[in-house]
Amino acid sequence: MRKTKFIENLIHGIFLILGLATVASVLMITIYLVVAGIPAIKEIGIFKFLFGKTWASTAAEPSFGILPFILTSIYGTAGAIVLGVPIGFFTAVYLSKIAPGKVREYMSEAVSLLAGIPSVVYGLVGMLVLVPEIRKLFHVPDGASLLAAMVILAIMILPSIIKVSITALDAVPKEYEEASLALGATPIETYFRVSVPAAKSGIATAVVLGVGRAIGEAMAVMMVSGNVPNMPSLFQSVRFLTTAVASEMAYSSGLQQQALFSIALVLFLFILMINVTLNFFLKKDGKEA
Amino acid sequence: MRKISSLIMTTILCVVFLTGCGAKGTEKTNLSVSTDGSTSMEKVIGSLGEVFQEETEISFTFNPTGSGSGIKAVSEGRCDIGLSSRDLKTEEVEQGLTATILAYDGIAIIVNPENTVEDLTKETLAKIYTGEIINWSEVGGIDAEIVLIGREAGSGTRDGFESITGTEDACKYRQELTSTGDVITTVAQNPNAIGYASLASVKDTVKAVSIDGVVPSEETIKDGSYVVQRPFVLVTKTDAALSEGAQQFFDYITSDAAVEIISAAGVVAAK
Repeated sequence: MRKTKFIENLIHGIFLILGLATVASVLMITIYLVVAGIPAIKEIGIFKFLFGKTWASTAAEPSFGILPFILTSIYGTAGAIVLGVPIGFFTAVYLSKIAPGKVREYMSEAVSLLAGIPSVVYGLVGMLVLVPEIRKLFHVPDGASLLAAMVILAIMILPSIIKVSITALDAVPKEYEEASLALGATPIETYFRVSVPAAKSGIATAVVLGVGRAIGEAMAVMMVSGNVPNMPSLFQSVRFLTTAVASEMAYSSGLQQQALFSIALVLFLFILMINVTLNFFLKKDGKEA
Repeated sequence: MRKISSLIMTTILCVVFLTGCGAKGTEKTNLSVSTDGSTSMEKVIGSLGEVFQEETEISFTFNPTGSGSGIKAVSEGRCDIGLSSRDLKTEEVEQGLTATILAYDGIAIIVNPENTVEDLTKETLAKIYTGEIINWSEVGGIDAEIVLIGREAGSGTRDGFESITGTEDACKYRQELTSTGDVITTVAQNPNAIGYASLASVKDTVKAVSIDGVVPSEETIKDGSYVVQRPFVLVTKTDAALSEGAQQFFDYITSDAAVEIISAAGVVAAK
Protein backbone atom coordinates (compact mmCIF):
# COMPACT_ATOMS: atom_id res chain seq x y z
CA MET A 1 0.00 0.00 0.00
CA ARG A 2 2.75 2.40 0.98
CA LYS A 3 4.69 1.36 -2.07
CA THR A 4 1.89 2.11 -4.55
CA LYS A 5 1.43 5.49 -2.98
CA PHE A 6 5.14 6.19 -3.36
CA ILE A 7 5.08 5.27 -7.04
CA GLU A 8 1.97 7.38 -7.57
CA ASN A 9 3.71 10.38 -6.07
CA LEU A 10 6.85 9.73 -8.06
CA ILE A 11 4.90 9.74 -11.29
CA HIS A 12 3.04 12.88 -10.27
CA GLY A 13 6.39 14.51 -9.64
CA ILE A 14 7.73 13.55 -13.05
CA PHE A 15 4.63 14.89 -14.79
CA LEU A 16 4.87 18.10 -12.85
CA ILE A 17 8.46 18.59 -13.99
CA LEU A 18 7.55 17.90 -17.60
CA GLY A 19 4.71 20.38 -17.39
CA LEU A 20 6.93 22.98 -15.78
CA ALA A 21 9.48 22.58 -18.59
CA THR A 22 7.02 24.10 -21.05
CA VAL A 23 6.11 26.95 -18.75
CA ALA A 24 9.77 27.58 -18.01
CA SER A 25 10.61 27.70 -21.72
CA VAL A 26 7.92 30.28 -22.41
CA LEU A 27 8.99 32.37 -19.45
CA MET A 28 12.65 32.14 -20.39
CA ILE A 29 12.04 33.18 -23.98
CA THR A 30 9.78 36.04 -22.95
CA ILE A 31 12.18 37.36 -20.34
CA TYR A 32 15.17 36.94 -22.63
CA LEU A 33 13.47 38.73 -25.52
CA VAL A 34 12.42 41.64 -23.35
CA VAL A 35 15.83 41.96 -21.69
CA ALA A 36 17.71 41.61 -24.98
CA GLY A 37 15.31 43.71 -27.00
CA ILE A 38 14.89 46.78 -24.82
CA PRO A 39 18.47 48.23 -24.87
CA ALA A 40 18.55 48.83 -28.63
CA ILE A 41 15.08 50.36 -28.63
CA LYS A 42 16.23 52.69 -25.85
CA GLU A 43 19.38 53.64 -27.70
CA ILE A 44 17.71 54.16 -31.07
CA GLY A 45 14.53 55.67 -29.68
CA ILE A 46 11.22 53.84 -29.91
CA PHE A 47 9.70 56.24 -32.43
CA LYS A 48 12.73 56.15 -34.70
CA PHE A 49 12.88 52.38 -34.41
CA LEU A 50 9.22 51.59 -35.12
CA PHE A 51 8.54 54.32 -37.66
CA GLY A 52 11.94 54.83 -39.29
CA LYS A 53 11.81 54.07 -42.99
CA THR A 54 15.43 53.12 -43.60
CA TRP A 55 17.32 50.13 -42.36
CA ALA A 56 21.06 50.31 -42.98
CA SER A 57 22.54 48.36 -40.12
CA THR A 58 26.14 48.13 -41.27
CA ALA A 59 26.48 51.52 -42.97
CA ALA A 60 29.08 54.01 -41.75
CA GLU A 61 26.17 55.97 -40.27
CA PRO A 62 23.76 53.17 -39.41
CA SER A 63 20.04 53.70 -39.24
CA PHE A 64 17.61 51.27 -37.70
CA GLY A 65 14.06 51.88 -38.88
CA ILE A 66 11.85 48.81 -39.05
CA LEU A 67 8.68 50.30 -40.53
CA PRO A 68 9.38 48.57 -43.87
CA PHE A 69 9.59 45.20 -42.08
CA ILE A 70 6.42 45.76 -40.07
CA LEU A 71 4.42 46.86 -43.10
CA THR A 72 5.82 44.02 -45.21
CA SER A 73 4.84 41.47 -42.58
CA ILE A 74 1.33 42.92 -42.35
CA TYR A 75 0.86 43.20 -46.13
CA GLY A 76 2.37 39.79 -46.77
CA THR A 77 0.14 38.13 -44.20
CA ALA A 78 -2.92 40.00 -45.45
CA GLY A 79 -2.12 38.95 -49.00
CA ALA A 80 -1.72 35.34 -47.95
CA ILE A 81 -5.10 35.49 -46.19
CA VAL A 82 -6.80 37.08 -49.19
CA LEU A 83 -5.42 34.38 -51.48
CA GLY A 84 -5.55 31.44 -49.10
CA VAL A 85 -8.78 31.83 -47.12
CA PRO A 86 -11.26 31.57 -50.02
CA ILE A 87 -9.50 28.47 -51.37
CA GLY A 88 -9.21 26.91 -47.92
CA PHE A 89 -12.77 27.79 -46.92
CA PHE A 90 -14.45 26.37 -50.03
CA THR A 91 -12.24 23.29 -49.91
CA ALA A 92 -13.32 22.73 -46.31
CA VAL A 93 -17.04 23.12 -47.17
CA TYR A 94 -16.62 20.72 -50.08
CA LEU A 95 -14.73 18.12 -48.08
CA SER A 96 -16.99 18.34 -45.06
CA LYS A 97 -20.40 18.43 -46.75
CA ILE A 98 -20.30 17.53 -50.43
CA ALA A 99 -17.38 15.24 -51.26
CA PRO A 100 -18.10 11.52 -51.54
CA GLY A 101 -16.26 9.24 -49.07
CA LYS A 102 -13.32 8.22 -51.24
CA VAL A 103 -12.64 11.74 -52.52
CA ARG A 104 -12.78 13.10 -49.00
CA GLU A 105 -10.36 10.43 -47.84
CA TYR A 106 -7.74 11.08 -50.52
CA MET A 107 -8.07 14.86 -50.42
CA SER A 108 -7.72 14.97 -46.64
CA GLU A 109 -4.62 12.84 -47.04
CA ALA A 110 -3.21 15.37 -49.51
CA VAL A 111 -3.97 18.24 -47.14
CA SER A 112 -2.16 16.48 -44.30
CA LEU A 113 0.80 15.88 -46.56
CA LEU A 114 0.87 19.56 -47.50
CA ALA A 115 1.01 20.41 -43.80
CA GLY A 116 4.00 18.14 -43.34
CA ILE A 117 6.20 19.61 -46.07
CA PRO A 118 9.12 21.49 -44.46
CA SER A 119 9.21 25.22 -45.14
CA VAL A 120 12.62 25.06 -46.75
CA VAL A 121 11.09 22.84 -49.45
CA TYR A 122 8.38 25.42 -50.08
CA GLY A 123 11.13 28.00 -50.34
CA LEU A 124 13.17 25.93 -52.75
CA VAL A 125 10.26 25.23 -55.05
CA GLY A 126 9.29 28.88 -54.85
CA MET A 127 12.79 29.98 -55.74
CA LEU A 128 13.16 27.60 -58.68
CA VAL A 129 9.61 27.66 -60.09
CA LEU A 130 7.51 30.53 -58.75
CA VAL A 131 10.09 33.33 -58.89
CA PRO A 132 11.10 32.76 -62.55
CA GLU A 133 7.41 32.35 -63.51
CA ILE A 134 6.46 35.66 -61.89
CA ARG A 135 9.31 37.32 -63.75
CA LYS A 136 8.09 35.99 -67.11
CA LEU A 137 4.37 36.36 -66.45
CA PHE A 138 4.43 39.98 -65.29
CA HIS A 139 7.47 41.09 -67.35
CA VAL A 140 9.31 42.41 -64.31
CA PRO A 141 13.12 42.34 -64.16
CA ASP A 142 13.13 39.98 -61.19
CA GLY A 143 10.50 37.71 -59.70
CA ALA A 144 11.66 37.71 -56.08
CA SER A 145 8.99 39.93 -54.59
CA LEU A 146 6.23 40.47 -52.07
CA LEU A 147 3.83 38.72 -54.47
CA ALA A 148 5.97 35.57 -54.52
CA ALA A 149 6.02 35.53 -50.72
CA MET A 150 2.23 36.00 -50.56
CA VAL A 151 1.62 33.06 -52.90
CA ILE A 152 3.98 30.79 -50.95
CA LEU A 153 2.43 31.82 -47.63
CA ALA A 154 -1.09 31.31 -49.00
CA ILE A 155 -0.20 27.72 -49.89
CA MET A 156 1.48 27.18 -46.53
CA ILE A 157 -1.55 28.28 -44.50
CA LEU A 158 -4.01 26.17 -46.52
CA PRO A 159 -3.69 23.01 -44.38
CA SER A 160 -4.39 24.73 -41.06
CA ILE A 161 -7.35 26.64 -42.51
CA ILE A 162 -8.83 23.55 -44.19
CA LYS A 163 -8.35 21.20 -41.24
CA VAL A 164 -9.70 23.50 -38.53
CA SER A 165 -12.64 24.56 -40.72
CA ILE A 166 -13.53 20.94 -41.46
CA THR A 167 -13.56 20.13 -37.76
CA ALA A 168 -15.86 23.09 -37.14
CA LEU A 169 -18.19 22.20 -40.01
CA ASP A 170 -18.32 18.53 -39.03
CA ALA A 171 -19.39 19.55 -35.53
CA VAL A 172 -22.52 21.32 -36.76
CA PRO A 173 -25.47 19.21 -35.47
CA LYS A 174 -27.11 17.13 -38.19
CA GLU A 175 -30.57 18.35 -37.04
CA TYR A 176 -29.85 21.92 -38.16
CA GLU A 177 -29.15 20.79 -41.69
CA GLU A 178 -32.00 18.30 -41.77
CA ALA A 179 -34.43 20.98 -40.59
CA SER A 180 -33.25 23.33 -43.30
CA LEU A 181 -33.54 20.66 -45.99
CA ALA A 182 -37.00 19.72 -44.72
CA LEU A 183 -38.09 23.33 -45.11
CA GLY A 184 -37.24 23.09 -48.80
CA ALA A 185 -33.77 24.68 -48.95
CA THR A 186 -31.35 23.18 -51.48
CA PRO A 187 -28.22 21.46 -50.10
CA ILE A 188 -25.96 24.37 -51.16
CA GLU A 189 -28.30 26.88 -49.52
CA THR A 190 -28.26 24.75 -46.41
CA TYR A 191 -24.45 24.60 -46.26
CA PHE A 192 -23.93 28.33 -46.70
CA ARG A 193 -26.99 29.61 -44.82
CA VAL A 194 -27.04 27.11 -41.97
CA SER A 195 -23.83 25.08 -41.57
CA VAL A 196 -21.32 27.86 -42.18
CA PRO A 197 -22.98 30.40 -39.85
CA ALA A 198 -23.18 27.70 -37.18
CA ALA A 199 -19.46 27.00 -37.57
CA LYS A 200 -18.37 30.61 -37.97
CA SER A 201 -16.27 30.96 -34.84
CA GLY A 202 -14.44 27.72 -35.72
CA ILE A 203 -13.75 29.14 -39.17
CA ALA A 204 -12.58 32.42 -37.64
CA THR A 205 -10.20 30.40 -35.46
CA ALA A 206 -8.86 28.76 -38.63
CA VAL A 207 -8.18 32.15 -40.19
CA VAL A 208 -6.41 33.45 -37.09
CA LEU A 209 -4.28 30.29 -36.99
CA GLY A 210 -3.41 30.95 -40.62
CA VAL A 211 -2.39 34.50 -39.76
CA GLY A 212 -0.18 33.17 -36.99
CA ARG A 213 1.50 30.70 -39.26
CA ALA A 214 2.02 33.27 -42.03
CA ILE A 215 3.48 36.01 -39.85
CA GLY A 216 5.95 33.65 -38.19
CA GLU A 217 7.30 31.99 -41.31
CA ALA A 218 10.91 32.84 -42.13
CA MET A 219 12.71 30.26 -44.21
CA ALA A 220 10.38 29.95 -47.21
CA VAL A 221 9.83 33.68 -47.33
CA MET A 222 13.53 34.43 -47.16
CA MET A 223 14.13 32.35 -50.28
CA VAL A 224 11.55 34.08 -52.47
CA SER A 225 11.25 37.67 -51.32
CA GLY A 226 14.69 39.11 -52.15
CA ASN A 227 15.37 40.49 -48.63
CA VAL A 228 16.03 44.12 -49.47
CA PRO A 229 14.66 46.51 -46.82
CA ASN A 230 12.39 48.38 -49.25
CA MET A 231 9.00 49.78 -48.35
CA PRO A 232 6.55 47.07 -49.45
CA SER A 233 5.27 47.04 -53.00
CA LEU A 234 3.90 44.05 -54.88
CA PHE A 235 6.73 43.48 -57.33
CA GLN A 236 9.57 44.84 -55.19
CA SER A 237 12.06 42.87 -53.21
CA VAL A 238 11.03 43.09 -49.55
CA ARG A 239 12.10 42.00 -46.09
CA PHE A 240 9.78 40.61 -43.41
CA LEU A 241 10.21 40.91 -39.63
CA THR A 242 11.22 37.26 -39.48
CA THR A 243 13.68 37.42 -42.34
CA ALA A 244 15.21 40.64 -41.03
CA VAL A 245 16.27 38.73 -37.92
CA ALA A 246 17.25 35.56 -39.73
CA SER A 247 19.26 37.09 -42.56
CA GLU A 248 21.54 39.33 -40.51
CA MET A 249 21.94 37.41 -37.27
CA ALA A 250 24.85 35.26 -38.47
CA TYR A 251 27.46 38.03 -38.74
CA SER A 252 25.91 40.73 -36.60
CA SER A 253 27.54 42.47 -33.69
CA GLY A 254 27.01 45.35 -31.28
CA LEU A 255 24.00 47.60 -31.74
CA GLN A 256 23.06 45.78 -34.96
CA GLN A 257 22.66 42.54 -33.05
CA GLN A 258 20.71 44.21 -30.26
CA ALA A 259 18.42 45.79 -32.84
CA LEU A 260 17.78 42.32 -34.30
CA PHE A 261 16.67 41.20 -30.83
CA SER A 262 14.37 44.21 -30.71
CA ILE A 263 12.84 43.15 -34.04
CA ALA A 264 12.30 39.69 -32.55
CA LEU A 265 10.56 41.37 -29.61
CA VAL A 266 8.24 43.27 -31.95
CA LEU A 267 7.48 40.04 -33.78
CA PHE A 268 6.80 38.35 -30.46
CA LEU A 269 4.29 41.06 -29.54
CA PHE A 270 2.54 40.52 -32.88
CA ILE A 271 2.27 36.79 -32.18
CA LEU A 272 1.02 37.53 -28.67
CA MET A 273 -1.73 39.72 -30.12
CA ILE A 274 -2.72 36.95 -32.51
CA ASN A 275 -2.90 34.49 -29.63
CA VAL A 276 -5.15 36.79 -27.65
CA THR A 277 -7.45 37.06 -30.67
CA LEU A 278 -7.36 33.29 -31.04
CA ASN A 279 -8.33 32.77 -27.41
CA PHE A 280 -11.18 35.22 -27.87
CA PHE A 281 -12.63 33.11 -30.70
CA LEU A 282 -12.02 29.84 -28.90
CA LYS A 283 -13.79 31.06 -25.78
CA LYS A 284 -16.72 32.25 -27.84
CA ASP A 285 -16.81 28.85 -29.46
CA GLY A 286 -16.86 27.17 -26.07
CA LYS A 287 -19.82 29.27 -24.90
CA GLU A 288 -21.89 28.50 -27.96
CA ALA A 289 -21.36 24.76 -27.78
CA MET B 1 1.35 14.17 3.00
CA ARG B 2 1.07 13.25 -0.65
CA LYS B 3 1.84 16.77 -1.68
CA ILE B 4 4.94 16.91 0.47
CA SER B 5 6.40 13.67 -0.79
CA SER B 6 5.69 14.61 -4.41
CA LEU B 7 7.46 17.91 -3.80
CA ILE B 8 10.44 16.04 -2.37
CA MET B 9 10.57 13.76 -5.39
CA THR B 10 10.48 16.78 -7.66
CA THR B 11 13.42 18.31 -5.88
CA ILE B 12 15.42 15.09 -6.04
CA LEU B 13 14.76 14.69 -9.75
CA CYS B 14 15.77 18.28 -10.41
CA VAL B 15 19.04 17.74 -8.64
CA VAL B 16 19.66 14.54 -10.59
CA PHE B 17 19.01 16.31 -13.89
CA LEU B 18 21.26 19.21 -13.09
CA THR B 19 24.34 17.32 -11.96
CA GLY B 20 26.75 16.50 -14.69
CA CYS B 21 27.12 20.13 -15.62
CA GLY B 22 30.47 21.61 -14.72
CA ALA B 23 33.71 19.54 -14.51
CA LYS B 24 35.93 20.71 -17.33
CA GLY B 25 39.00 19.14 -18.93
CA THR B 26 42.31 20.42 -17.68
CA GLU B 27 44.67 22.49 -19.86
CA LYS B 28 47.82 20.73 -20.91
CA THR B 29 49.98 23.62 -22.06
CA ASN B 30 50.16 27.21 -21.02
CA LEU B 31 51.11 28.44 -24.48
CA SER B 32 48.57 30.53 -26.31
CA VAL B 33 48.09 32.70 -29.36
CA SER B 34 45.61 35.54 -29.64
CA THR B 35 44.48 37.08 -32.89
CA ASP B 36 42.32 40.13 -33.45
CA GLY B 37 40.90 41.80 -36.51
CA SER B 38 39.00 41.43 -39.78
CA THR B 39 35.62 39.75 -39.55
CA SER B 40 35.98 38.68 -43.19
CA MET B 41 38.90 36.49 -42.18
CA GLU B 42 36.85 34.71 -39.54
CA LYS B 43 36.25 31.63 -41.68
CA VAL B 44 39.85 31.10 -42.79
CA ILE B 45 41.54 31.96 -39.51
CA GLY B 46 38.91 30.03 -37.58
CA SER B 47 39.47 26.81 -39.49
CA LEU B 48 43.26 27.24 -39.27
CA GLY B 49 43.03 27.88 -35.53
CA GLU B 50 40.84 24.88 -34.99
CA VAL B 51 43.26 22.46 -36.66
CA PHE B 52 46.24 24.11 -34.99
CA GLN B 53 44.67 23.87 -31.56
CA GLU B 54 43.88 20.20 -32.12
CA GLU B 55 47.40 19.34 -33.25
CA THR B 56 49.44 21.31 -30.76
CA GLU B 57 47.07 21.88 -27.84
CA ILE B 58 48.12 25.52 -27.84
CA SER B 59 45.02 27.56 -27.15
CA PHE B 60 43.92 29.85 -29.95
CA THR B 61 41.62 32.84 -29.74
CA PHE B 62 40.21 35.14 -32.39
CA ASN B 63 38.49 38.39 -31.64
CA PRO B 64 36.46 39.58 -34.65
CA THR B 65 36.65 43.36 -34.41
CA GLY B 66 37.55 44.62 -37.89
CA SER B 67 40.78 45.29 -39.75
CA GLY B 68 41.41 48.71 -38.24
CA SER B 69 40.95 47.53 -34.66
CA GLY B 70 43.09 44.45 -35.32
CA ILE B 71 45.99 46.56 -36.54
CA LYS B 72 45.61 48.89 -33.56
CA ALA B 73 45.44 45.94 -31.15
CA VAL B 74 48.72 44.47 -32.37
CA SER B 75 50.56 47.78 -32.27
CA GLU B 76 49.35 48.31 -28.70
CA GLY B 77 50.38 44.77 -27.78
CA ARG B 78 46.85 43.63 -26.96
CA CYS B 79 47.13 40.59 -29.24
CA ASP B 80 49.87 38.48 -30.86
CA ILE B 81 48.81 38.69 -34.47
CA GLY B 82 46.57 41.28 -36.08
CA LEU B 83 44.39 40.32 -39.01
CA SER B 84 43.65 42.78 -41.75
CA SER B 85 41.74 42.37 -44.99
CA ARG B 86 43.57 45.32 -46.56
CA ASP B 87 47.23 46.11 -47.07
CA LEU B 88 48.98 48.15 -44.41
CA LYS B 89 49.23 51.89 -45.07
CA THR B 90 52.70 53.42 -45.24
CA GLU B 91 52.30 55.20 -41.92
CA GLU B 92 51.31 51.90 -40.29
CA VAL B 93 54.49 50.28 -41.63
CA GLU B 94 56.47 53.27 -40.34
CA GLN B 95 55.00 52.67 -36.89
CA GLY B 96 56.88 49.40 -36.86
CA LEU B 97 54.39 46.89 -38.24
CA THR B 98 55.07 44.12 -40.73
CA ALA B 99 52.53 42.64 -43.11
CA THR B 100 52.65 39.01 -44.23
CA ILE B 101 50.08 38.05 -46.82
CA LEU B 102 48.30 34.87 -45.81
CA ALA B 103 45.87 34.57 -48.69
CA TYR B 104 43.96 36.46 -51.35
CA ASP B 105 40.21 36.83 -51.32
CA GLY B 106 39.24 36.76 -55.00
CA ILE B 107 35.64 37.67 -55.79
CA ALA B 108 34.21 36.53 -59.11
CA ILE B 109 31.58 38.65 -60.83
CA ILE B 110 28.99 36.25 -62.18
CA VAL B 111 26.25 36.60 -64.78
CA ASN B 112 23.80 34.22 -66.43
CA PRO B 113 25.38 32.05 -69.17
CA GLU B 114 22.88 33.55 -71.66
CA ASN B 115 24.29 37.01 -71.03
CA THR B 116 26.43 38.25 -73.96
CA VAL B 117 28.53 40.56 -71.83
CA GLU B 118 32.00 39.02 -71.32
CA ASP B 119 34.03 41.84 -69.86
CA LEU B 120 33.49 44.80 -67.54
CA THR B 121 35.84 47.39 -66.16
CA LYS B 122 36.09 47.94 -62.42
CA GLU B 123 34.59 51.42 -62.87
CA THR B 124 31.62 50.12 -64.87
CA LEU B 125 31.06 47.47 -62.25
CA ALA B 126 30.89 50.12 -59.53
CA LYS B 127 28.48 52.17 -61.68
CA ILE B 128 26.27 49.13 -62.23
CA TYR B 129 26.06 48.41 -58.53
CA THR B 130 25.40 52.00 -57.51
CA GLY B 131 22.57 52.24 -60.03
CA GLU B 132 24.22 54.66 -62.48
CA ILE B 133 24.05 52.05 -65.23
CA ILE B 134 20.73 50.23 -65.15
CA ASN B 135 20.46 48.53 -68.54
CA TRP B 136 22.64 45.81 -70.02
CA SER B 137 22.59 47.63 -73.41
CA GLU B 138 24.75 50.36 -71.85
CA VAL B 139 27.59 47.86 -71.41
CA GLY B 140 27.17 46.01 -74.71
CA GLY B 141 24.46 43.52 -73.81
CA ILE B 142 20.81 43.16 -74.78
CA ASP B 143 18.17 45.74 -73.88
CA ALA B 144 17.15 44.54 -70.42
CA GLU B 145 17.23 45.92 -66.91
CA ILE B 146 20.19 44.78 -64.82
CA VAL B 147 19.15 42.81 -61.75
CA LEU B 148 21.64 43.29 -58.92
CA ILE B 149 22.12 40.32 -56.63
CA GLY B 150 24.15 40.77 -53.47
CA ARG B 151 24.75 39.40 -50.00
CA GLU B 152 23.28 40.40 -46.66
CA ALA B 153 24.74 43.18 -44.53
CA GLY B 154 27.62 41.85 -42.47
CA SER B 155 28.69 39.23 -45.00
CA GLY B 156 32.43 39.07 -45.63
CA THR B 157 31.95 38.72 -49.39
CA ARG B 158 29.71 41.79 -49.49
CA ASP B 159 32.15 43.76 -47.40
CA GLY B 160 34.98 42.64 -49.69
CA PHE B 161 33.14 43.46 -52.90
CA GLU B 162 31.97 46.85 -51.72
CA SER B 163 35.34 47.90 -50.32
CA ILE B 164 37.20 46.83 -53.47
CA THR B 165 34.82 48.58 -55.83
CA GLY B 166 34.38 51.58 -53.53
CA THR B 167 30.62 51.17 -53.32
CA GLU B 168 30.20 50.93 -49.54
CA ASP B 169 26.61 51.55 -48.46
CA ALA B 170 25.74 52.71 -51.98
CA CYS B 171 24.72 49.47 -53.69
CA LYS B 172 21.17 49.34 -54.99
CA TYR B 173 20.52 45.66 -54.54
CA ARG B 174 17.48 43.97 -56.00
CA GLN B 175 18.05 40.93 -53.81
CA GLU B 176 20.14 40.39 -50.70
CA LEU B 177 20.67 36.69 -50.24
CA THR B 178 22.18 34.90 -47.29
CA SER B 179 24.46 32.39 -48.94
CA THR B 180 26.81 32.02 -51.88
CA GLY B 181 24.74 29.10 -53.10
CA ASP B 182 21.59 31.23 -53.22
CA VAL B 183 23.41 33.94 -55.19
CA ILE B 184 24.63 31.41 -57.76
CA THR B 185 21.20 29.74 -58.07
CA THR B 186 19.46 33.07 -58.51
CA VAL B 187 21.91 34.30 -61.14
CA ALA B 188 21.58 30.97 -62.94
CA GLN B 189 17.78 31.45 -63.00
CA ASN B 190 17.57 35.03 -64.20
CA PRO B 191 19.16 35.96 -67.56
CA ASN B 192 19.53 39.60 -66.52
CA ALA B 193 21.09 39.09 -63.13
CA ILE B 194 24.60 39.93 -61.97
CA GLY B 195 26.07 38.80 -58.68
CA TYR B 196 29.29 38.21 -56.82
CA ALA B 197 30.68 35.14 -55.09
CA SER B 198 34.04 33.95 -53.89
CA LEU B 199 35.91 32.41 -56.81
CA ALA B 200 36.23 28.97 -55.24
CA SER B 201 32.48 28.45 -55.18
CA VAL B 202 31.65 29.49 -58.77
CA LYS B 203 30.03 26.68 -60.76
CA ASP B 204 29.24 26.00 -64.42
CA THR B 205 25.66 27.19 -64.08
CA VAL B 206 26.89 30.78 -64.14
CA LYS B 207 29.51 32.69 -66.12
CA ALA B 208 32.31 34.64 -64.46
CA VAL B 209 33.02 37.81 -66.44
CA SER B 210 36.52 39.13 -66.89
CA ILE B 211 37.38 42.44 -65.26
CA ASP B 212 39.54 44.89 -67.24
CA GLY B 213 40.18 42.00 -69.64
CA VAL B 214 41.48 39.61 -66.99
CA VAL B 215 39.70 36.31 -66.35
CA PRO B 216 39.55 35.40 -62.65
CA SER B 217 41.66 32.40 -61.71
CA GLU B 218 44.07 31.45 -58.95
CA GLU B 219 47.01 32.66 -61.07
CA THR B 220 45.54 36.04 -62.00
CA ILE B 221 44.50 36.62 -58.40
CA LYS B 222 47.97 35.75 -57.08
CA ASP B 223 49.84 37.94 -59.57
CA GLY B 224 47.45 40.79 -58.91
CA SER B 225 46.19 41.27 -62.49
CA TYR B 226 42.60 40.38 -61.52
CA VAL B 227 41.54 43.42 -59.56
CA VAL B 228 38.43 42.34 -57.65
CA GLN B 229 40.48 40.88 -54.86
CA ARG B 230 42.00 41.86 -51.58
CA PRO B 231 44.79 40.43 -49.48
CA PHE B 232 44.26 38.77 -46.11
CA VAL B 233 47.19 40.08 -44.10
CA LEU B 234 48.86 38.92 -40.90
CA VAL B 235 50.10 41.96 -39.02
CA THR B 236 53.00 41.62 -36.56
CA LYS B 237 55.43 43.97 -34.87
CA THR B 238 58.64 44.40 -36.86
CA ASP B 239 61.12 44.61 -33.98
CA ALA B 240 59.50 42.48 -31.28
CA ALA B 241 59.66 38.69 -31.37
CA LEU B 242 56.45 36.71 -31.20
CA SER B 243 55.66 34.64 -28.14
CA GLU B 244 56.44 30.94 -28.50
CA GLY B 245 52.84 29.93 -29.08
CA ALA B 246 52.26 32.73 -31.56
CA GLN B 247 55.46 31.90 -33.44
CA GLN B 248 54.39 28.27 -33.78
CA PHE B 249 50.98 29.37 -35.07
CA PHE B 250 52.54 31.83 -37.51
CA ASP B 251 54.90 29.16 -38.87
CA TYR B 252 52.07 26.69 -39.15
CA ILE B 253 49.64 28.88 -41.08
CA THR B 254 52.32 30.05 -43.50
CA SER B 255 53.52 26.49 -44.15
CA ASP B 256 52.54 24.24 -47.05
CA ALA B 257 50.41 22.16 -44.70
CA ALA B 258 47.99 25.05 -44.27
CA VAL B 259 47.40 25.63 -47.99
CA GLU B 260 44.66 23.05 -48.20
CA ILE B 261 42.77 24.44 -45.20
CA ILE B 262 43.06 27.95 -46.62
CA SER B 263 41.67 26.85 -50.00
CA ALA B 264 38.87 24.98 -48.28
CA ALA B 265 37.84 28.28 -46.68
CA GLY B 266 37.26 29.69 -50.16
CA VAL B 267 40.32 31.89 -50.60
CA VAL B 268 43.56 31.58 -52.55
CA ALA B 269 46.59 30.78 -50.40
CA ALA B 270 49.50 33.14 -50.97
CA LYS B 271 52.00 30.27 -50.87
